[in-house]
This record gives sequence, structure tokens and C-alpha cells, in this order.
Amino acid sequence: MNFTTIIGLEVHVQLNTRTKIFCGCVNKFNPDQPNTQTCPVCLGLPGSLPVINREAIHLGQMTGLALNCTITPFTKWDRKQYFYPDLPKGYQTSQFDLPLCQNGYIETFSHEGEARRVRILRAHLEEDAGKNMHDESGRGRDSQVDLNRAGTPLLEIVSQPDIRSAQEAKAILEELHLLLTYLGVSDCNMQEGSLRCDANVNLHIDTDGCSKVATPIVEVKNLNSFRSIEAAIEYEVKRQLEEFQKTGRKIGDPGVEKETRGWDMERGYTFAQRGKEEAADYRYFPCPDLVPVTTSPERIEEIRRSLPEFPAQRRARYRQEFGLSLYDASVIVNQGAGLARYFETVANLCGDAKQAANWVTQDVQRDLNDRKLTIGEFPISAELLGQLLKRIVVGDLTVKGAREVYAQLLADSDEGQTLLVDWIDAIIEEKSLKVVNDTGLLDAAITSALEDSQKAIDDYKAGKQQALGAVVGKVMKLVKGADAKVVREMLIRKIDG
Amino acid sequence: MSEALTPETVRKVARLARIQLTEADVDRFTRQLGQVLGYVEMLSELNTDGVEPLAHPLEIENVLREDEPTPSLSREAALSNSPKSDGKYFLVPQILDAG
Repeated sequence: MNFTTIIGLEVHVQLNTRTKIFCGCVNKFNPDQPNTQTCPVCLGLPGSLPVINREAIHLGQMTGLALNCTITPFTKWDRKQYFYPDLPKGYQTSQFDLPLCQNGYIETFSHEGEARRVRILRAHLEEDAGKNMHDESGRGRDSQVDLNRAGTPLLEIVSQPDIRSAQEAKAILEELHLLLTYLGVSDCNMQEGSLRCDANVNLHIDTDGCSKVATPIVEVKNLNSFRSIEAAIEYEVKRQLEEFQKTGRKIGDPGVEKETRGWDMERGYTFAQRGKEEAADYRYFPCPDLVPVTTSPERIEEIRRSLPEFPAQRRARYRQEFGLSLYDASVIVNQGAGLARYFETVANLCGDAKQAANWVTQDVQRDLNDRKLTIGEFPISAELLGQLLKRIVVGDLTVKGAREVYAQLLADSDEGQTLLVDWIDAIIEEKSLKVVNDTGLLDAAITSALEDSQKAIDDYKAGKQQALGAVVGKVMKLVKGADAKVVREMLIRKIDG
Repeated sequence: MSEALTPETVRKVARLARIQLTEADVDRFTRQLGQVLGYVEMLSELNTDGVEPLAHPLEIENVLREDEPTPSLSREAALSNSPKSDGKYFLVPQILDAG
């Protein structure tokens, strides 16, 4: 059966303001000290009045501009009514018809450079709810409610249903995650729930080659990792297809409504969460407690000018300025702003961006992974690596020699020593790694090596290129730190000449 | 004049508001709320073509505060109005639906 998967994402991002969106309680993930970051406003006590946090507006607008959105010049607040124990007021203050940001897009690029654009419908500000903890024992004990999180500023980013596969959904979420971390508007910690994703999924099925029907839209919730978004959508596609083959249920049939399902990562399936009876009816209306927020074109331009470089711009710059491939540029940029800054420092110091990219994407990445370190914790600083690679660029060190120095530096650091730039030369000295460019010395060594290598010379002359390897080895033994490539060239010249 | 308020609508609104109504209540509220709506309906006699919807009755905008922390309540104070707590959390009857 031919079908197209239709996916739209709703992403909730906790903004990293110091305080909550409508009150001065600190905005901090603090599950170990429940109910210590609340006040009459975020507890929803009668008579309390919210006041909007200027920084929440600012971070939301920064994000909107980075997502190519229009910033709404006149934005207002609305109440979304529903009952749940983590929502003390009985409504969530949100934005309905005039969201902070509208009509943008985000793009991802494949390694082949193919762009994929997903439109952003809107991004609006709202308050987060508290956190419920359920008794898992099955003995029907009370649920616990922690309201520390209630009132945390959230930006809800809603995409158009432009995504066509689970892989694409994951790629878009990864790019969004990366963009938000470059902007610094959120810590985007998915485990702690500062970035949460819901996916709206359904299928457009081609039943008879000319007409299409749509399966009921399902909103899949609790997607709190990149892996789970991919797995949940893949599961949901299979489930909807099977269900359609069994029942033929489609949008437009009597009683067919949008369904909410949760994702269980451990068991690997989605499960029905909200029945039709409880279908959401939020009865939005304008919030009388909060006045509208206006933003002038000048202010929007001011924010736009203050934005940092985006990942997409940075990849493009690495290709133009440093001559990197899209693949190398992506590998570096996708690791986050920290690694990208590290790379740039190394590249600028050593003067060879390709060399710097090779080291950062291979050696440094490998050791970061092995040691489970972030780039900020890595003992070999960008300055140190830059100076080391510079020795290769000026011809003092072979890549192989540089690897030895690098390994020694890491070993020294493992023994608790603080690494200093002078050590590079000390290690080069100690291990006799300096490339010997003294042709007199090399000449003598080559002459001596050739004297007892008649068989190798004959083999080489007979066309066996690799016969020279043994002779090169002999020379290298005599002159520590000689560059094998140079030695080989000199040997060939001598034998041929 | 829009359609008259039906008992079904009253039941639906009551359910959304988690208010339990007897059949007599439904009768009474259908009548009373219908009268309120009928009264407000008078507004539709006005021609509002070309009039922007009102976002807020006050002609004030941009009431914002700086992102500066202020003291929170102590946990004890925060929990003090709760019908039930364990000294750390608010307690509510077990939530069955995780939605």
C-alpha cells in the first residue's frame, strides 16, 4: 500500500531566565528540594497578580528570529483551561491568537548538502506546569505534586506538518536543539525536561491509485530523547497502517477525533492516553491579568543584530573561510559551540584548517568520547594543540611525531600534571622527534644505509617500489626524527641519479 | 439571535468545569444561563465591521519586570493551605491517567 507519512512537531523549550515567567521565584531544576521555589503567583493563590519577565520575551524573540519568524508587533496572553493537579490555577497562561513569533522555518542539510526546509507555524510563550509523581506500587497511594517547575518560562515551537519520516523528524529536532544551544536561550537538557517534544503523526494512504485518505491524527507525547522520537514515530507509522488495514478508519468518519498517545521507550510502543470523552476543550480567552506586549521594528532589528552566529552560518563559513568539506564542517559544528570555538582557535594558531579539522574530528573527538569529557574539560587546550600542529605545518614534526607528543601530553595530564606549552618542545627533544632537515647528516646516513642494502637496491631497480621501505627504516634508525617522506625522496634521487 | 442554550451544552460546560449537576440543576441553569446569554446578545445589534477585537480593557502595554529573583515562600508556608501533604509535597488522590 502506497502511503506518505505526515509529521508535525511541537517542541517545548524551557528558557534559561534567572526567574520564572510571571514571578520572581528562581527558575532552577531542583527536584531534590520540592516546593521550595514557589510564591503566591505560581501557586495560583487568590489575589496574586502575574508580571511578565522581560528576559523571557527577549529570549523568545531571539529564538523566533533565529527560526526566521516574524516577530508579532502586538502580542497578548490567553488562558487555556484544564484541570490537572500540577496546574494550580486551573488554567495555563499561554498565547492563543497572537503568538510571540509566527511563520518561520528551519533547515537541515544532508552530508551531500541537500537542504530540507520545515516551516514553523508559530512560537509562543507560556508557563510550565509543576511535576506530578505517581505511586508506582499499584496500591493506590496519593500522587505527589512539586510546584517548583510551575511558572518556568516555556517557548512552544510548533512546526507545520512538513516532515515525512521518523529520520527527518529526528534530524530537525537535532538541528533545533543545536540552534537553541548556540543561541544560549536554553540548556536543552532532555533528561531534565528542558526540551520536550510531541509529534503529530498520520498517514496519507493511496488506496486505489488516484484518491487519498488520511488516518486519524495521533499526538505522541513524552518524546524526551532523539532516539525516542525516531522510534516512536516508526512504531506509530506501523501501528496506524495496521489499524487502517483492519478497520479502514479515516479522518472525516463519524466519531474520529485526534488521539493522544504516550510513548513507552522501555517497552517500545505507544499507548492511548486520553479517551474521546476527555477530549481537550480548552476554552481559551484573553487573560485579564496581563496586558499586551508590543515590540517596535527598531527593537526587533536591535535583537537581530545581537544574535550570535547560527550553526548553519558557521558551517557555511568553515567551508568558505577554512576550505573544509561540508562533512567536516558539520561534524565540528554539530558538536556544539564549545568544540567549534576550540577548532577555530587551533586552526588559526597552526595555520592549517584541514590539519586542525582532522585532529579535532578524530583524535580529540575520540579521546573526549573515551574519557566522557566535554571539550571544556579536555586537558589539551586549543592553544596547546594549535602550537603542536604548528610544528607540523612548519615542517618540524611529522604527523606521526605529533601523535606521539599528543599521547605523551595526555599521559602526563592523566598523572595529574598541568600541561604547559613549553612541554611540547621538551617532549620533542626527549623523544628525538624533531624532523631532521640537516641534509649533510641525512646524506651520510643514506650513503651508509645504501652500502649494505644491495639486494633492496636491485629489487627497487627491478620495479619493486616497496623494497625501499627497509632502507628508509635503516636511515630512520640512524637519524632519529628524520621525515620518512624526505628520506624516501632523497634515496630515490640517489639511486636513480 | 444565536441558537438557544441547550441542556447538552450546560452538561458539557459543567463537565469541563468539574461541577456535578442534578437534572433539576441542568433545567434551572439552562434557563438562567440562557437569559444571561440573551442579554449579552444585545451587543450583536452593534455594527462592529472594521473594529479591531479588544485584547485588553486597559489601555496599557508592556508592563514588564526585570529578571531579578525575589524570595520564595518557605516550603512549610507553601504547603500550609494544602488539604493534604507529606511535609514535602502536595498530595492528591492518585492520578490514573498519565496524560
